[in-house]
Amino acid sequence: MEHIVIIGNGISGVTLARHIRKLSDKKITIISAETKYFFSRTALMYVYMGHMKFEHTQPYENWFWEKNRIDLIQETVTAIHPESKELLFNNNTTLNYDKLVIATGSKPNKFGWPGQDLKGVLGMYHKQDLDLLEQLAPNNSVCKRAVIVGGGLIGIELAEMLSTRDIPVTFLVRESSFWGNVLPKEDSELINKHITSHHIDLRLSSNLKEIISDDSGRVKSIIIEETGEEIPCNIVGLTAGVSPNIAFLKDSGIETNRGVLVNKELQTNIKDIYAIGDCAEQLQAIGERRPIEAVWYTGRMMGETLAQTLCGNTMPYNPGHWFNSAKFFDIEYQTYGWVYATPKPKNTHFHWQHNDNTKCITIEYELETGIFKGINTFGIRMRHDVFDRWLTENATVNYVIDHLKEANFDPEFYKSFEKDIQSTFKQQTVSL
Amino acid sequence: MSLKLNKSMSLSSPDAADLNTKQKIGTAIGMVGLFIFVLAIFNITLPHPTLVLIAGLGLITLGVVVFTQGSYAHKQPGIKNDAVWFKSISSRGFWGWITGVALTGFYIILYFYPHLLGLGAKGEPNTGLIAVFDPLSRALSGNPASQWFVYGTFYTLAIVVFGYKFLKKYRHNRYEQLRTFSVMFFQLAFAFFIPELMARLNSDTFHLPYYDLKNMWPLNYYNFEQYRVNDFINAGTVGLALLLFGIISIFVISPILTYKYGKRWYCSWVCGCGGLAETAGDSFRQLSNKSLKAWKLEQWLVHTVLVFVVIMTTAVIFTYLGYDPNKYWLTRDVFLALVGGFLTLIFSLTMIFKRHELGKDAKYGAIGYFTVIVVLIAMYYFGGTDKLFFFKAETLRSTYGFLIGSIFSGVIGTGFYPILGNRVWCRFGCPMAAVLGFQQRLFSKFRITTNGGQCISCGNCSTYCEMGIDVRAYAQKGENIVRSSCVGCGICSAVCPRGVLKLENDGMKGRINSQDVLLGNDVDLMDLVNQK
Repeated sequence: MEHIVIIGNGISGVTLARHIRKLSDKKITIISAETKYFFSRTALMYVYMGHMKFEHTQPYENWFWEKNRIDLIQETVTAIHPESKELLFNNNTTLNYDKLVIATGSKPNKFGWPGQDLKGVLGMYHKQDLDLLEQLAPNNSVCKRAVIVGGGLIGIELAEMLSTRDIPVTFLVRESSFWGNVLPKEDSELINKHITSHHIDLRLSSNLKEIISDDSGRVKSIIIEETGEEIPCNIVGLTAGVSPNIAFLKDSGIETNRGVLVNKELQTNIKDIYAIGDCAEQLQAIGERRPIEAVWYTGRMMGETLAQTLCGNTMPYNPGHWFNSAKFFDIEYQTYGWVYATPKPKNTHFHWQHNDNTKCITIEYELETGIFKGINTFGIRMRHDVFDRWLTENATVNYVIDHLKEANFDPEFYKSFEKDIQSTFKQQTVSL
Repeated sequence: MSLKLNKSMSLSSPDAADLNTKQKIGTAIGMVGLFIFVLAIFNITLPHPTLVLIAGLGLITLGVVVFTQGSYAHKQPGIKNDAVWFKSISSRGFWGWITGVALTGFYIILYFYPHLLGLGAKGEPNTGLIAVFDPLSRALSGNPASQWFVYGTFYTLAIVVFGYKFLKKYRHNRYEQLRTFSVMFFQLAFAFFIPELMARLNSDTFHLPYYDLKNMWPLNYYNFEQYRVNDFINAGTVGLALLLFGIISIFVISPILTYKYGKRWYCSWVCGCGGLAETAGDSFRQLSNKSLKAWKLEQWLVHTVLVFVVIMTTAVIFTYLGYDPNKYWLTRDVFLALVGGFLTLIFSLTMIFKRHELGKDAKYGAIGYFTVIVVLIAMYYFGGTDKLFFFKAETLRSTYGFLIGSIFSGVIGTGFYPILGNRVWCRFGCPMAAVLGFQQRLFSKFRITTNGGQCISCGNCSTYCEMGIDVRAYAQKGENIVRSSCVGCGICSAVCPRGVLKLENDGMKGRINSQDVLLGNDVDLMDLVNQK
């Protein structure tokens, strides 16, 4: 029986394993040093916040793996020997595979800041980060202030986490506005306001210069590059993006760049070795997508696709229209298609905002043809399948605005804003 | 790590530290109010019962209001389940157990030892706690209070004051707001004031049984007992109208509403048990068990209770009907034929039109159906008299009343909120929920839809599902959630951080889908994986 070994039990690896099991009877082994059982990484924040216990983040009960004959090994892989089709573990034991899938995900970026390895500096990515945070920042008498470096999705989640325990947070963001390289100015400013309304000390256009240690090698304070200001703090969260977690591959002969390089079939340069999820880097560009996409949903899709390939139905990875979602404190965010921080050449933005500062939408469309390119929505839930269809059909912005009601996914009895959006759109386009 | 904190049984658990000053003041005020009533239990009679009553109820209300202010006033609208699993009361910690034991103890005394609360025996005046409620009871119905009046008052107060807390907690969510106003209204008007005021109409010549109009059979399993039916019939037009309403609500009103809106119209907008679960029980919804084992147990248990209640009610009615068609058209023969015919009709319709939509439910439905029919036939041939096998109908009824009506719905159902979650009764025991759930699963426009491929499997939905449904299991597959147990409380949709879930009433077509691949993949792959 063919033995498929998957390194990494995140959403990519586990989706792959589940789908292989649906399609075949192959022997499947999943290796992870982080935890024995699969959990939803995106939910770690809710454990610290006390919304859930860690076991609630596990989508499958513990008996699921044995019942589906998916073997779990909790070890660290230190090397891969493709010629003998063998993995080497931390404890010097080995495991043979017929086909190997690398799904090791990401690790937080560190940019060589002085003091970045001190005690009290952490990312917010792994289960171990959560354990460390619980230990270092259980309450605001142990942790009097936290500094978060990096203005992305993990950073704001960490800020929200700490604020639920009334720990003061200083949030250093390199851009002049939160997530300003992704979000259009108006969207980003709405989030700036929302962050500050939660008593977060948001410092825009601010970089970390160094982290200062106390006598025992623990974080004491940080210094801001631009102002030279020293901010005393007990922990520093580094959330300036993530990069593929592939250091252990360096002598394996597997071609890597920032991530593991894969072709359209998600195969590496070595036969029978594949890579999926955050750690995979596409050799060939797919539409406007970046070569590495560290996103939950794409990891899942790669898992589904590769399962087909490994079970005899070779299939290229061909994701549909881009979508993503997040939550900034109390504001939900969804995006469908492409909305750029500044519209692409020949495109323009339509922006609508509610005067309560918690709801807005931004639509990107082609100026000349009016073709709809994408939408950001804040504080209003929208239907994925409707936007997916409109993107496929090349619907025009006029059509989208007129039929916006069809896409509304808010709970029953909620106020709807379509009329307001429609009249704002008319005013703006008339004045153009 | 936080998991350790949850196991704490110590009085100095992190709970105390979590309460802010306002919450502490609120707790203190509420406890003083409660203490007044505890005192009343030990005192033979308190002077000025009216003042004591106003002070007690007033302080409890004020306490909850202040606590609510302390909990939510300084926070922005949004989901604020912060530290739910760190507080000992909401994570089966020390205070959770204390609350559970206290509630359970209260229920046991209430149901089985009401004299301990001061219920006057055989016309003697009430003392203690119950005496305190005499003035209010006299003002409403003209009668002295009973233990049930005391209970009803506390029950209604709990729904109203914790309803207020719920309204503040979910002030950003209009579905939750309207639903809570609804249960508060139905409890206050239909369960509390109207029946009490109706009792004023009673005289020596006219008598109606106590009737909460929104409480329908089989939840009020006693509704068709001889004494009630006699009361209804003797009370002339009004009584007959009420009796008819009771029957119509079962066979006509509830199926139509369930078809249009799902069982939620009842379970989370009208029902008193649901009302208490949603308001006073809201802090415990995360405690329901989501394991597959619990689901299996639930299906067996709830349907068994339903079968039990059908047999029991049939037996009770059968018992007081006569044989002689000249006296009254509804004889035992006719009645049994009607029941048998009705059950056969339901079974046949289900099997003919809906067999493809049914999984396990069909088996349970069939088992229940066959049991009832076989027992009915057995009753007819072997019983002959009013006996069902070795049991008298009345024995059967009192057994049901004790086991299901008292122990399950009261003592366990509510007393165990802090241990098993707030919908234990609704989930495992309520025969009404089973009937409505059957309708919901088979022919309702209601479903919870999932938003394309947006689910991140975080598990908030499953954790906060009070009915123990593993919502995430469906959401991460992109499947609609069409479960007979879903009461449509809408909390899964509220707590979802990605806006993936929505309660909807839509056409019957495509209600149950099981796409195993989510949106976001290319079309070919979706087609391929959906081929089964």
